[in-house]
Amino acid sequence: MSGQTRLSRRRFLQVLAGTAGALIVGIRMADAADAAPVPMDMLGDNLYGLGLYVRIDQDGGVLIGARDPDTGTGVATSLPRIIADELDADWRHVRVVPLGLGVTNNNGKPSWTYGQQVGGTGNSIPRAWRDLRAAGALARWLLLQAAAQQLSVSVDRLRTEKSTVIAPDGRRLGYGQLAAAAAKITPPQAPVALKTADRYSLIGQPTGDVDARGIVTGLTPYSLDQHFGDAVVAVLAHSPWPDGQLDQLDKGPALAIKGVIDVIELKPDPALPPGQTVIAPAVAVVAETTWIALQGRRALKLDWKPGASGKENSADLEQQATALLNSDSAPTTRVRDDGEIDKAGRKAARRVEAMYYQPWLAHAANEPMNCLVRIDKTGATLYVPTQSPQQAWTVVQRLTGLPPDQIDIRLSRIGGGYGRRLDHDYVAEAVLLAQQVKKPLRLFWPRDEDITHDYYRSGFVHKFDAIVDAKRHIIAWNQRVASASALTGRGVSSDHLWTSEVGVNDLPAGFVPNYRSDWFSLTSSIPRGPHKGMPDIANAFAVGSFIDEIAHSIKEDPLDTHLRLIGEPRLVPLQGGGAIDTARLTNVLKLVTDRIGWKDWLRSVNGLGIACWYMDGAYVAHAIEVSMQGEQLTLERVVCAVDVGRVINPQGLEGQIAGATLDALSNTLNLAITIKDGKVQQSSWKDYPLASMAQLPNTVEVITVPGDGDPAGASFLAMPSAAPALANAVFRVSAVRVRRLPLMKELLRML
Amino acid sequence: MAQDHAVPAHSGDITPVPVHSGIVLQINGESYHHTGDPEMPLLWYLRDVLRLDGTKYSGEHGEGGADLVLVNGKATSSIGVPMSKLDGKQVVTVEGLVDAKGGLHPLQQAFIDEDAIGCGYCTPGWLIASMDLLNRHKDPSDGDINTLPNLCRCGCQTRVRSAIKRAAAAMKQGGKA
Repeated sequence: MSGQTRLSRRRFLQVLAGTAGALIVGIRMADAADAAPVPMDMLGDNLYGLGLYVRIDQDGGVLIGARDPDTGTGVATSLPRIIADELDADWRHVRVVPLGLGVTNNNGKPSWTYGQQVGGTGNSIPRAWRDLRAAGALARWLLLQAAAQQLSVSVDRLRTEKSTVIAPDGRRLGYGQLAAAAAKITPPQAPVALKTADRYSLIGQPTGDVDARGIVTGLTPYSLDQHFGDAVVAVLAHSPWPDGQLDQLDKGPALAIKGVIDVIELKPDPALPPGQTVIAPAVAVVAETTWIALQGRRALKLDWKPGASGKENSADLEQQATALLNSDSAPTTRVRDDGEIDKAGRKAARRVEAMYYQPWLAHAANEPMNCLVRIDKTGATLYVPTQSPQQAWTVVQRLTGLPPDQIDIRLSRIGGGYGRRLDHDYVAEAVLLAQQVKKPLRLFWPRDEDITHDYYRSGFVHKFDAIVDAKRHIIAWNQRVASASALTGRGVSSDHLWTSEVGVNDLPAGFVPNYRSDWFSLTSSIPRGPHKGMPDIANAFAVGSFIDEIAHSIKEDPLDTHLRLIGEPRLVPLQGGGAIDTARLTNVLKLVTDRIGWKDWLRSVNGLGIACWYMDGAYVAHAIEVSMQGEQLTLERVVCAVDVGRVINPQGLEGQIAGATLDALSNTLNLAITIKDGKVQQSSWKDYPLASMAQLPNTVEVITVPGDGDPAGASFLAMPSAAPALANAVFRVSAVRVRRLPLMKELLRML
Repeated sequence: MAQDHAVPAHSGDITPVPVHSGIVLQINGESYHHTGDPEMPLLWYLRDVLRLDGTKYSGEHGEGGADLVLVNGKATSSIGVPMSKLDGKQVVTVEGLVDAKGGLHPLQQAFIDEDAIGCGYCTPGWLIASMDLLNRHKDPSDGDINTLPNLCRCGCQTRVRSAIKRAAAAMKQGGKA
């Protein structure tokens, strides 16, 4: 017996009886459900076959599938928690399994079983809030119907708690006892009602990561830890230039090494956008083991010659940007133009101007790029550390021509994403090589390949000028930003290239009557792509620093400057819909300043700095206290307050906020990619040094504002305001205004 | 006596492969005999040969610290040490931190309790470095903790610091955390 509840036009919740009396609630596409019934007997064990979200076994065990890849954002915990709460499951008996890519064959086109599957872009929880709760609610509804029949009590008199249905007279039936009967009940046509907030039992309660025990015992597998028995290993040497050419290659020394199987050349397909093909011309050494492949790579005798990109230098690009922003040139895009910026100057009491310079950055994910692939008569099976399994599927499909459902993309926990794994150059490489050697193959990028061959974040130059009137109101804000768009070559029209670089609603847009935001496109052939927290991080550093400079210039407490700028509690409409609730923004700012003891900001021998930001429905502020002893900068205290609406897992959120704060501080203090003659000059953790334990604060004090609005994503929320708060604190302690990142290098230069 | 079918003389540049008896080492309390390339770094022996995948790769020279293991109780970069140097040595990897019954070490429990995990990829290395630190300092100061060489982009550092302190307190009491 089985049935369906319609979720949307083409997606249904599907109820099935599994083996051994299990109840299964999953999601399936309309056409797939009609075409290919899954054999009942197979379902019990086949977690990947159906869009499985919930399985309740007769022993009371509850298995919940996690849809989105977990790159360390905690979604493998929070998404199942959302389902489990609607189900009233006993969390102690819930086991979470990562779902692979859900895809079925719809006349040769893919149908995505689970809708969008993507991780590390900050919208997993908002999406789950919209659709995953229904799966838990339906399973609970079915169990209640079964219990009502068995107990001869009407459903509305029953309640559920910790995987148990409880009757008014105290009789109890465990979910496991009800699973088989529940699977035979016909589900309702429309989704059942969701819980009201007062009945949440798991949402809002703290819990640890579902993988924690596996991680501390070394047993949780990442893609690099998955194995096919007979897989060979490929290690690549890429051209230093994306448009480079092989000048000479002597395969001999590598092939002479015992265990080296082949040396293969790879080239990008120029017809494809970046991220869907090989990142740069490369020579791969394929060997029996990783160690032999690495030796083979070292033994390669090869030379590359540069293409046009060989003339590029990051320092030149910055000079071009500076000249452009200082010229009268029209911008590539006028992103926003409120009021009349040109006339605002008449009431000027004070003009403030500043320029900020930010370097190129790499993703630097700890788990290197890798991919394990087997292609045989039955199709392709891949373990891919990807944030977007559907994009990975697209790359594999194009190269293999296989029908949609013969490409099996398997997901493991991922060793950091940060946007790097939204691109799939490494998947293309692995598939091309596996096709050539006709063997299962693991592609493995050593660290130097990862740092030198990335889709970088462009360097940024910001030029701001603002006008403050006699009442200290900022009445005009003219910002000019230059960068090389991350979207170049990615199928985006030239009038939309700015969207990866500047936000149309970036603070203080909407708060200053005469506001202009211009973006200037830089041309570069260095590969670029999506980054965690883009474009907010670069813009928040400049904006947050500049507000502090305005405060200093009008000799005012920067908190007062902020509060006046934000103004009375009201809703400030956003372009494109929605609004900023100024009360929530003020609140996070007040929370951090109260906590850090801001009233002493001028008297403290240490330096205190603040900054705040708004991003995708969430609010964040940082207050940072630093001290200096000679050239030694110490982050004495770091406080961060966030308002994300409803919090699914407070412990997980606190970890995300503390973690993103430290990541942002690490970027700000130390990191820069520089390009000379088209070559990236950094290649390891030594010259791209994430902050050490000693550089970072001993604690991050996190304050989360309780809320009941729909939950917003939080994985990079804490990044934007950390850097300006730090730079502002450094200014107070050292009188050095750092307008160029990385901060430590600039601070030491200017001291 | 004429030798019609003389065996060709050695040309001189062929030297017989020396017979090596292999390398015997203990990993997580069990004995292993490695007869392959003695120059193979321990990391690739653990991962490619034994499929003991808890120890991670983070860089060619051990920067990042995800490849740390204990060799005779001391934190050691497993990619930096060839098998040839490990004959007779005791190696403990992250998989070997649990007790004989599979119970968690107080340090592992403290990492769970403090949520000292981001993506988790670098966590095994932090555990090994912390274990080494606790072996040397029963009550490590913040300054001692600052000496840990590990890197993490997810920002687990403050929570690792708390976990080390929690573990130190639990271990002083002699019990499980």
